[in-house]
Amino acid sequence: MKKYLTGFTLAAVAAITLSACGGDPMSTANNNSQASSGDSIIVGSADFPESQLIAKIYAEALKSQGVEVAEKPSIGSREVTIPALKDGSIDLMPEYGGALLQYLDAETKAVSSEEVAAELATKIPSGLTLLTASEAEDKDVLAVKKETAEKYNLKTISDLEPVAKELVLGGPPEWKTRVNGVAGLKSVYNLEFKEFSALDAGGPLTLNALLSGQVQVADLFSTDPALSENNLVALEDSKNLFLSENIVPVINEKKSSSTVKDTLNKVSAALTTEDLIEMNGRVAKFEDIGEIAKEWLQSKNLA
Amino acid sequence: MNFEWLGRQFDNIVFLLGWHVLLAVTPLILGLLIALPLGWWAHRSRRIYPFLVGVAGLLYTVPSLALFVLLPVILGTKILDPLNIVAALTIYTVALLVRVVADALDSVPQDTVQAAKAMGYRAYQSLLKVELPVGVPVISAGLRVAAVSNVSLVSVAALLGIPQLGSLFTQGFQLRFFTPIIAGIVLCVVLAMILDGLIILLNRWLTPWTPKVVAS
Amino acid sequence: MINYLFDPAHWSGADGIPTLIGEHLIYSLIALAIAAVIAVPLGIYIGVTGKGVFMIAGLANALRALPSVGLLILLVLLISPAFPSKMGYILPSLIVLVLLAVPPILTNTYAGVRAVDAAAVDAARGMGFRTMKILTDVQLPCSLPLMLSGVRSALLQIISTATIAAYISLGGLGRLLIDGKAQNDYSQMVAGAVLVALLALFFDQLLAFITRRVVSPGLTRRTVKATLPSGEVIPSETAKTPTAV
Repeated sequence: MKKYLTGFTLAAVAAITLSACGGDPMSTANNNSQASSGDSIIVGSADFPESQLIAKIYAEALKSQGVEVAEKPSIGSREVTIPALKDGSIDLMPEYGGALLQYLDAETKAVSSEEVAAELATKIPSGLTLLTASEAEDKDVLAVKKETAEKYNLKTISDLEPVAKELVLGGPPEWKTRVNGVAGLKSVYNLEFKEFSALDAGGPLTLNALLSGQVQVADLFSTDPALSENNLVALEDSKNLFLSENIVPVINEKKSSSTVKDTLNKVSAALTTEDLIEMNGRVAKFEDIGEIAKEWLQSKNLA
Repeated sequence: MNFEWLGRQFDNIVFLLGWHVLLAVTPLILGLLIALPLGWWAHRSRRIYPFLVGVAGLLYTVPSLALFVLLPVILGTKILDPLNIVAALTIYTVALLVRVVADALDSVPQDTVQAAKAMGYRAYQSLLKVELPVGVPVISAGLRVAAVSNVSLVSVAALLGIPQLGSLFTQGFQLRFFTPIIAGIVLCVVLAMILDGLIILLNRWLTPWTPKVVAS
Repeated sequence: MINYLFDPAHWSGADGIPTLIGEHLIYSLIALAIAAVIAVPLGIYIGVTGKGVFMIAGLANALRALPSVGLLILLVLLISPAFPSKMGYILPSLIVLVLLAVPPILTNTYAGVRAVDAAAVDAARGMGFRTMKILTDVQLPCSLPLMLSGVRSALLQIISTATIAAYISLGGLGRLLIDGKAQNDYSQMVAGAVLVALLALFFDQLLAFITRRVVSPGLTRRTVKATLPSGEVIPSETAKTPTAV
């Protein structure tokens, strides 16, 4: 009996091991394509609050122009949203230039807003198109506490060079391997930290670890209201390690009528990074995203 | 608790609850359908019994997060496919129920089986009309365990980003906001209790001959 | 996956596989020890005195329904502000693991003590054994198989659930799952999943082996069946609860 069981276990492990060498379930090949019907536009968003907020702004702006809108908020990460855009489950969603480009081409060398926009235009999957990017961006920033900045006289990331060995860096798990993370900090800025602590993508773990002193340098996002609330210093990325992350609407070509384009371009033109910080602060206080979106549109005379 | 927030999120929470029910209940039904013939087989054959029960025990030891991750390799699905969750929980349900079904059939008194035979029941008639019904209380006790743990296991899939009530946990964590977390926990527990109660009712309905004692 | 598991670079350093396995085991064993210290005496007490029987079945079911991920996140938000260190994450994880491990040990210890043949206890009393001696020399050895089966399912629960601690930045094999997901590196996730599964299997077999060694030979030939307060009969093997996570 025991022999059978051991054999069974080994066979199962072997089968899994072997078959794992085949397909990659995390790749995002597109298999079923069913386009959404009618003239209504389905606005989707990723699974974090800022994406939902901007999607809401898009939706409300379009509605006020008489466009029929359906909403599918919080559908997940890019592994879900991009295939959903391709197969027509959603038609429109807000994206971040740099992160989208890295998703489409992990090897990209583009950094500035212009480089990112130019490369994105060639890499975007067929059937999808990018409208004009906003000046507003939500990019990675290396943040330190005010005390740390004063103690070591830190203003730019380069200033970390003499002290990095004494400091612990905190960031999302993907930073361990990413060029625009630990690897880039070493190759571009010649920074080698005492340790890297895998936390989350600019979320509560990272902020908590920074404030409590478990890490001294942390990866946060430029539109995070916590930066100013906690007197954190965002170090200047003088050597352009982090990609620009301008907010840009990604839309299904078939749904990109001139009314839709005009409306969304106006939204992008009006949106600023400061607006996002302010609105994120309100989201963090659990205010209704719909209300925040409507008020912003009114303040910019877009609704 | 921020009830205003709950009100605003009502549609979203109902959507997550719907998925949660689907992901927890489908495997329960599939698992039972698969476990019945397997359990019967184990009951009939003394040689197959230890093998089936042993394999079931092994499958049981595989942690669910691990199984959610490994199944795409075997099924050829994407990592975010809800099918992985259904398949994983079906495996657990079968693993739990195979033994329960076999033991339930074993527990049917020999006299009862003999009586059925004497009344002219054929083997399959005896199985369907006598042995299985008599085994229902034991099977439903196993089914209750499976139902309750399925509800809790589904929420683990939130760590992989598959939407269901567990998404309220990760969402609440990102916002450092207790309301969605508590709402998610309460809904999970209530859902588990409802499923548990439904199985108790089903058991009573299927076994009208048993005395009406409230099983806890 | 082969690449990930057999790449020597992944077998050393602060986030190498041996370190992760070590961390995983430390969390697991500490939680198991705490759970046993709570559940074994309580189970014996309830089994011997019959007091508090009603709460056992209810407790076991209620705790089984509690979603571990939700509980962990709730506890982190409650506890971590009070600790400016990793302790703010370790403590919540340990509480969740202990909560999961107590019910199987408690119910099985209780059921084990209850299942001891009344004739054996009477015989011991007739031989002049005092209550304490009956407990240590008759009731406990007789209930050992069920008790150990409870410990076995508790450890399985713990080993599988310890993977979610990585979500709140702690170590352990869950790191491979969470980091693999974040890095879009499926082979790393599979490596983590296989290692957790193997770890669980290994400890399951180890405890099965220990059970065979320590249980009195007079008991091993018979199957122990226990009756829960609800009246449902659980053969010792199915008393295992499903592995959470």
